[in-house]
Amino acid sequence: MDLLNALVVLMNFVIVPATAYGAQLALGALGVTLIYGILRFSNFAHGDTMAFGAMVTILVTWGLQGAGITLGPLPTALLALPVGIAATGLLLVGTDRVVYRFYRRQKAKPVIYVIASLGVMFIMNGIVRFIIGVDDQRFSDGERFIISARTFREITGLEEGLAFRTSQAITIVVALIAVALLFWFLNRTRTGKSMRAFSDNEDLALLSGINPERVVLVTWLLVAALATTAGVLYGLDKSFKPFTYFQLLLPIFAAAIVGGLGNPLGAILGGFIIAFSEISVTYAFRKVVEYIGPEGWEPDGLLQLLSTDYKFAVSFGILLIVLLLRPTGIMKGKSV
Amino acid sequence: MSDNPYHNDRGNKDRSITKPPAESMGDPVSPSGAATKAEGDNPFLIGRAMTGGYGKGADILHECTISVEPGEIAVIVGPNGAGKSTAMKAVFGMLNLRKGHVLLDGEDITALSPQDRVVKGMGFVPQTSNIFTSMTVEENLEMGAFIRRDDFRQTMEQVYNLFPILRDKRRQPAGELSGGQRQQVAVGRALMTKPKVLMLDEPTAGVSPIVMDELFDRIIEVARTGIPILMVEQNARQALAIADKGFVMVQGRNAFTGTGKELLADPEVRKSFLGG
Repeated sequence: MDLLNALVVLMNFVIVPATAYGAQLALGALGVTLIYGILRFSNFAHGDTMAFGAMVTILVTWGLQGAGITLGPLPTALLALPVGIAATGLLLVGTDRVVYRFYRRQKAKPVIYVIASLGVMFIMNGIVRFIIGVDDQRFSDGERFIISARTFREITGLEEGLAFRTSQAITIVVALIAVALLFWFLNRTRTGKSMRAFSDNEDLALLSGINPERVVLVTWLLVAALATTAGVLYGLDKSFKPFTYFQLLLPIFAAAIVGGLGNPLGAILGGFIIAFSEISVTYAFRKVVEYIGPEGWEPDGLLQLLSTDYKFAVSFGILLIVLLLRPTGIMKGKSV
Repeated sequence: MSDNPYHNDRGNKDRSITKPPAESMGDPVSPSGAATKAEGDNPFLIGRAMTGGYGKGADILHECTISVEPGEIAVIVGPNGAGKSTAMKAVFGMLNLRKGHVLLDGEDITALSPQDRVVKGMGFVPQTSNIFTSMTVEENLEMGAFIRRDDFRQTMEQVYNLFPILRDKRRQPAGELSGGQRQQVAVGRALMTKPKVLMLDEPTAGVSPIVMDELFDRIIEVARTGIPILMVEQNARQALAIADKGFVMVQGRNAFTGTGKELLADPEVRKSFLGG
């Protein structure tokens, strides 16, 4: 019984939240890795792209809620998500036309794009704060729990409860669908294959008649879809605050680099590695030890390695270790 | 080399924030003009009196002429740095020509970009980075046929018949193949457009002598299907032995031109290039 209780505590506070968070990071890291693989630079504006997509989705959600349209037990934001993706797609393609295309014409070195993306980041950052403000916004509605802690206790008769929130379930399901679609697109369709070819060997792709502007356009649209989805899922699961999204840049890049930049499978793996490490390092394991440890061994402290305030140190630490020991990432990254 | 500030990397060695592109072979999509009808009776493919160099640099080619007729294998040989590959790139449009013309099948294509020349029917196999290493053999062939909107399965079948080893390895990433097999993928990729002429830049560079012989056999087989082949080769003796026409280049100029047999028999050519 104690073992079961310990397992439930672990599930409730570590495994379920980390899986949802990992899926959100994986979606974010997939966007970063696509841009790195195909456009050859690290897009620092990615966190704020996610914020922009989430912001549009929130505004549309509020509109729908005001008009009395909801999805019943599911959050209305899912209904607004396509609008958010379309708006983000327009923003990214517009940014490409105004900013990045110029550098492409100049055949600029990739490091120049990185710095340009930093500027784009500040501008997107400003746009989002200007429109929706800097405060926390909540926009989730519908059923909050699939299983609440109390129902779980009543059903199983265990001391500990396991809560499974709707947002967590939706995150996992939507992420699975998005990843499956992305991989189908990259590996099975003509356009997807041409994107991989462009990423692999640009000159040869051009000689094969692949249109670079089309590849770039499709990449930005895919990135818009991934970033908006990641942003909305994160906002549903936690809450929406522009500054938090800016901070998400670090765990997302850590995930993409740990997995191997440019490798989509690596981005997913990296997302879960970062999420599980971050949550298990900052979780207080006292309760788990109370259940499985022998009588009288209850620790005085919380058994928490790091306070949650330091959670970014975890991503940063993993990033440093990987860059020192295996700079190409766990799954050798280079091309999509 | 370049005065464009956007080309300045400022000693950036950071591998994690940018992805360096594959080794570049030139600019395949430089601004392009249109093809015009050529007057008179011309060889099938000819780069006539070509003079030019890379970018704004000094001339590398001087009045160089290269041509090939249907069903022929033409070989460009010469010492290192003679401008063999440059001459081929000039024919393919990777070089700014200051003088001279390139004619293909009765059309003047001097103003076309390499990309447009592929559409016109030129198949080009670069010396390095000539395959998509992360993609499977079959995907490489599919990408070769990217400009075709019709059903290309028959062409793929022909390529597999020509290079049977590729059929066995069609699900393997091309980057995992041996050097000789990679070259077969590269040639197969170029054949997928059903080119009117095939240009090979040192197809046997870096492969063992046995594989080299096999590659030459395959190239002869391709030529037998009627596709004219223009080829740059380091191994002058073997190349001239299979060539219908040979161009010996020295310092960017045509030094000797003749049939493969003539050049092999020519004492002057033997002395200076074939080691007696």
